[in-house]
Amino acid sequence: MPALTESIAVGRTRSATARKAPSRSLDTLFRTFSYGAALLVLLVLAGILGSILYGGWPAFREFGFGFLTSSAWNVGTEQYGALVAVIGTVASAFLALLIGVPVSLGIAVYLTQLCPGWARKPVAMTIELLAAVPSIIYGMWGLFVFAPLFARYVQMPVSNLVEGMPIIGTLFYARVPSGVGVFTAGIILAIMIVPFIASIARDMLDQIPTVLRESAYGIGCTTWEVVRHVLVPQAAVSIIGAIMLGLGRALGETMAVTFVIGNANRLSASIFDPSSTIASRIANEFNEADGLQLNALMALGCILFVITFVVLIIARLLTRRVQSA
Amino acid sequence: MDASNTITTTTGRRSGRVRHGRRVADRVLRIACTGATLVGALVLGSILVMLIVQGVRGFTPTLFTNPTPGPGSEGGGIANAILGSLVLTGIGILIATPIGVMAGTYLAEYGRGSKLAALIRFLNDILLSAPSILIGLFVYTLMVRPMGTYSGWAGGVALAIIAVPVIVRTTEDMLRLVPGTLREAGAALGAPPSTVIMSVTWRAASAGIVTGIILALARIAGETAPLLFTALNNNSWFSANLMGGVANLPVMIYQFALSPYPNWQGLAWAGALLITATILALSIIARLVIKPQASR
Amino acid sequence: MNAASAIPTVELNRNRADEGGPVRIAVKDLNFYYGSFHGLKDVNLDFHDRQVTALIGPSGCGKSTLLRCFNRIYSLYPEQRAEGEILLDGENILSPSIDLNELRSRIGMVFQKPTPFPMSIYDNVAFGLRLYEKLPKSELDGRIEESLRKAALWDEVKDKLRQQGTGLSGGQQQRLCIARTVAQKPEVILFDEPTSALDPISTGRIEELIEQLRDEFTIVIVTHNMQQAARISQFTAFMYLGQLVEFGPTNRMFMNPTERRTQDYITGRFG
Repeated sequence: MPALTESIAVGRTRSATARKAPSRSLDTLFRTFSYGAALLVLLVLAGILGSILYGGWPAFREFGFGFLTSSAWNVGTEQYGALVAVIGTVASAFLALLIGVPVSLGIAVYLTQLCPGWARKPVAMTIELLAAVPSIIYGMWGLFVFAPLFARYVQMPVSNLVEGMPIIGTLFYARVPSGVGVFTAGIILAIMIVPFIASIARDMLDQIPTVLRESAYGIGCTTWEVVRHVLVPQAAVSIIGAIMLGLGRALGETMAVTFVIGNANRLSASIFDPSSTIASRIANEFNEADGLQLNALMALGCILFVITFVVLIIARLLTRRVQSA
Repeated sequence: MDASNTITTTTGRRSGRVRHGRRVADRVLRIACTGATLVGALVLGSILVMLIVQGVRGFTPTLFTNPTPGPGSEGGGIANAILGSLVLTGIGILIATPIGVMAGTYLAEYGRGSKLAALIRFLNDILLSAPSILIGLFVYTLMVRPMGTYSGWAGGVALAIIAVPVIVRTTEDMLRLVPGTLREAGAALGAPPSTVIMSVTWRAASAGIVTGIILALARIAGETAPLLFTALNNNSWFSANLMGGVANLPVMIYQFALSPYPNWQGLAWAGALLITATILALSIIARLVIKPQASR
Repeated sequence: MNAASAIPTVELNRNRADEGGPVRIAVKDLNFYYGSFHGLKDVNLDFHDRQVTALIGPSGCGKSTLLRCFNRIYSLYPEQRAEGEILLDGENILSPSIDLNELRSRIGMVFQKPTPFPMSIYDNVAFGLRLYEKLPKSELDGRIEESLRKAALWDEVKDKLRQQGTGLSGGQQQRLCIARTVAQKPEVILFDEPTSALDPISTGRIEELIEQLRDEFTIVIVTHNMQQAARISQFTAFMYLGQLVEFGPTNRMFMNPTERRTQDYITGRFG
């Protein structure tokens, strides 16, 4: 069988000579580059924290713990405190959740349970496009369209109604019914976080097995009961995660809030009054700031970093646990 | 008559079994959910109406040919801001695309089961929703302060930092959808991993990766906060070396919209309409690109 | 047989079947682990040059695992490892010094589901060729036509070589994958249940094709389908729970198995 030998011999020579493996260095280079790119993500995050800590350090050193509890913000006397901005940030974000969460869940339920099939895509698209509108456009809409209407049809009548009443009177009385203030910021933020929460909640509701839903309808449940007793408990953890994600966004949102919150450094009990958030104050003052004011703004940035990152970490842990399960 | 009688009673009993309270709750839920969706649609609609009503007037030929006018003066356009925005967004996406795609590739192809990759994936998700103003502060400290001037480069880098996590996330997600057998088939032909990734898996996931890049583009095109401290603004044509402030649409809109001059306000509205239309178009395109991939 | 004795592997072959011809691959004391799971246990087996050897056995018996050792494709997954020896023409391919990419260019593999790459039919076939050989365009064209002819696909695709490979039917895709593998002129071709995702007509064509490829290549095929093993293979190995139960010429294995478990499986009493 000489032919056989030959063919094998040919095969082996070819494998020994003609086949040269592709360059190994390119492979290593590619891998190293992708590894480096991934590490860059870590570096950027560390860089953000490092840079604002570095910039804010003099302010923390100057004012110590008092920076957190002081409501002063006086460029002339160089007295700075974070309290007003922190309260403004937390209050506007809290109001945003209060308004935004029910709306988001309503939209998610509408899209998954009530919406007729043909309308599902366009409606979902409309809601998702809300997330694409730039923050500055929300600011303009809030200031030029929403605020005047809000001042005229809500702030003024409500202020007139509650004037002099205990608690409610302080909470809802607008000294100057201009339409801007913490509550307006909360509403604009609510609109901005709705598409995020709604889209995650919708995905979660979609993931619930149809069998579960159908068997609930099958024993005669109404839509409300299916949502309340079957869907919401199933998706609860990830919906809470989605809400935290929305909270993270609301806390750090800058431009829209800067337009509508009024940018006042005043501690007021009324949610109709102007105030500031951390982000809006940085946006407003940073470019003109110098010396200790700059450090104080950086220190505000540190506080924002800590608050949002804690919220976002919780959010990601909650949403991730369900996805991997 | 007997038969019809029975029917009425049974139907009567049936509806009776759904207690009144349950039906009310159900009705309320349906109305509330539909209402919530309507509110969302109405807001989008009213934003668009506002932009068109206020912005269309500003769409004159000079808008695209003249630079921004001085305070209180008449005429002018936003050509320098449009050009500046294109340049800044371009720099941002050009920096972010290779980094984001490579990092996403690392997470999906090399980092399976690795703890470091899991950490990077987690932190990337956090960076995805991080306040953009903090990124502005970071780039200010990193570039503007040491260089002593606001610059187009700093603005581009700030936008890139915002775009990277978006691209990383979509790239990784899309690469994970590529079936493992395709990688095995590439390896079985003797192709080294980098070749398999570049000519097989990337290609299989290309539509999704492109979508991620377009979404990132849409995201950074309207970003304002990080540009305030990096590129800032400039009322003249930008110089080619990108040192010094660079005019850009978002910051121009911010400054002009809140100014007391009607001419500036008009230009801000025109710019707002232009940028929103562009971004919404990009978002819709991104969704159309991903569609064939999903149905495949 | 003096010619065959020139091949070193023949000497290593202790228990080869009589009419098998020279041994191309010799598996010695092969153990395989998925993490802590022991997937293959002390497998010893020879594969003969230019013969079709079928690996049969119930699901999870280790037949695919064994197949995936021959081109070490398992090493894409860090938790999988093999111990023992697999000699290809006398050279231990499990040795760490082996260049995996070069090994895989010598040992082709066709998968259960067709795996056309997202590129044109032409580029699919050229993919493996371009990796290892720098050919002028005309020669490349020739090799691609030759490979597509060998895979019995040429007549169907010769007018649409620039179209996407993913646009072909399932059976055509699988033949495209075969053409892609054949184009590299490998020495061994591994088939991992190549017809399980195909309809009966496509299956028939692939089986005919394997029959023809035997003239040139040493073939190992994993199959669930015992009729298929009987139709196309010269040797059959029956595996069960990670062990090789019985190995021999296909005729004998199906007519007169020595092991009780082989007989039970072949007659359909389990699996």
